[in-house]
Amino acid sequence: METTTAPHIVWPELELIRNDFPILKQTVNGKPLVYLDNGATTQKPVQVLRAMQDYYTGYNSNVHRGVHTLSQQATSAYEAARHQVAHYIGAHNHEVVFTKGTTDAINLVAAGFRKEFLHEGDEIIISAMEHHSNIVPWQLACEEKKAHLKVVPVNDNGELDMEAFASMLNPRVKLVSIAWISNTLGTINPVKDIITLAHEQGIPVLLDAAQAAGHLPLKVHELDVDFLALSGHKVYGPTGIGILYGKEEWLNKLPPYQGGGDMIKHVTFEKTTYAEPPLKFEAGTPAIAEAIGLGAALAYITQTGIHKIMAYEHQLTAYALEQLRTIDGLRLVGDAKERSGAISFLIGDTHPSDVGVLLDQQGIAVRTGHHCTQPLMDRFECPGTVRASLAFYNTTAEIDRLVEGVRKAVTLLG
Amino acid sequence: MTIKEQQDRIIEDFEVFGDWMEKYEYIIQLGKDLPLIDPQYKTDENLIRGCQSKVWLHAELKDGKLHFTADSDAVITKGLVGLVIQVLSDQAPKDIAEADIYFIDAIGLTSHLSPTRSNGLLSMLKQIKLYAIGYQMKSMQN
Repeated sequence: METTTAPHIVWPELELIRNDFPILKQTVNGKPLVYLDNGATTQKPVQVLRAMQDYYTGYNSNVHRGVHTLSQQATSAYEAARHQVAHYIGAHNHEVVFTKGTTDAINLVAAGFRKEFLHEGDEIIISAMEHHSNIVPWQLACEEKKAHLKVVPVNDNGELDMEAFASMLNPRVKLVSIAWISNTLGTINPVKDIITLAHEQGIPVLLDAAQAAGHLPLKVHELDVDFLALSGHKVYGPTGIGILYGKEEWLNKLPPYQGGGDMIKHVTFEKTTYAEPPLKFEAGTPAIAEAIGLGAALAYITQTGIHKIMAYEHQLTAYALEQLRTIDGLRLVGDAKERSGAISFLIGDTHPSDVGVLLDQQGIAVRTGHHCTQPLMDRFECPGTVRASLAFYNTTAEIDRLVEGVRKAVTLLG
Repeated sequence: MTIKEQQDRIIEDFEVFGDWMEKYEYIIQLGKDLPLIDPQYKTDENLIRGCQSKVWLHAELKDGKLHFTADSDAVITKGLVGLVIQVLSDQAPKDIAEADIYFIDAIGLTSHLSPTRSNGLLSMLKQIKLYAIGYQMKSMQN
């Protein structure tokens, strides 16, 4: 693919990287696909697909159960994937719980807090830019316990009001649960400050890292974060797998989430004792192939270099913003100083879904709608936005196609 | 015109379009021209909420025929809604309930009916059929 329009953005490996993602080489509605919906899900490199196929064709077996060779191979690969995750996020193996995804991970923590740590009059702090998956589990928990859900406001640029946040911290707050990067606005939140402020008052912090995980380095121990959730499919891995990182002391304290096989030490009808974390939280046969696929995806990112990815995406985002701003009537929804490549916008009074339909006709995949952040859309008084979200396999030529496509859509919509 | 004749006319209209842009230009124009629903009927009760765009649909029985008016906050959806109304409005409930809707497929807009598109068009078609069945049953009872 040509990358001639922005000569200052050069990444020699880009062509090779794109070759690893076969899905990108296709036409949609007669035009070469431009995939800019990476905030919803990312594409998978052949390395991930191969790792999953190798499992099914070579050593498919249940984990942690058999003495036979295949089962031991499967267990080794599953635990190697856990190690890969732990390495990627800078944690210990036993602090990494495999879940179905970010939503499942947040629900796991919410269920535990609901059972053990949340009482009447307590508070949970989230922010106005949360995804529904980091709102509803807490709402359910607070409703049941007669606790209060407190919401950190965002300013017109889509940045957290940190003063308000600081003033909201008090001894009744049992947990702060906040997105590292907003899926709708692209805002990168000052997580280090959030954690420091919360910890000063002894309040634990959960980070929803779904939008951050493939785009910036995650070092949970350095950050001193208590919980972190991420989804495999947003980091070039498969769907149906994700991670909950929890500090050892927290995983020991949290009650089991679901009951079943693999999470027990000993079962009698009178009393069951549980396995140590992380297995305590992994009831039933896990998503083995998906875990192995996630491991392969994180290995792929590590091999490509997260710092290289970050630098390239940063330049590509700057280029996209610069080019989009040349479109008459375009308004960015979310214009934070610290931001990622998830770019939401509106043009004049055109409806986002109309723009999305006309971009699709030109082979350009973007997301339109409320992005599962309805309260945030209310905050910005719009029914939804058009969101282009970038990944490291996107090119400047694709950004040009987007901009040209939006112009064409605007002309048609008149 | 019967429902079938209406559909065939639209299919014929769409045959002249050379590319997707002409087609969508027409749909967008249709969306802009569609008479708005009487504001009193633009209620939550008449709202067919899709994930992407809102559609309001109001049905009235006039001289044994079902008359539909509708609106949407997205102009392409509104244009598509306009086409559906051209076909199904002012027809007998029985004919609407039994109608085979083939024109959307024939004019190459099937993707708009996909449930994943969630633009309310599919829900609207279902709602129109439900109204028709409802009125049909009512008239049978009377």
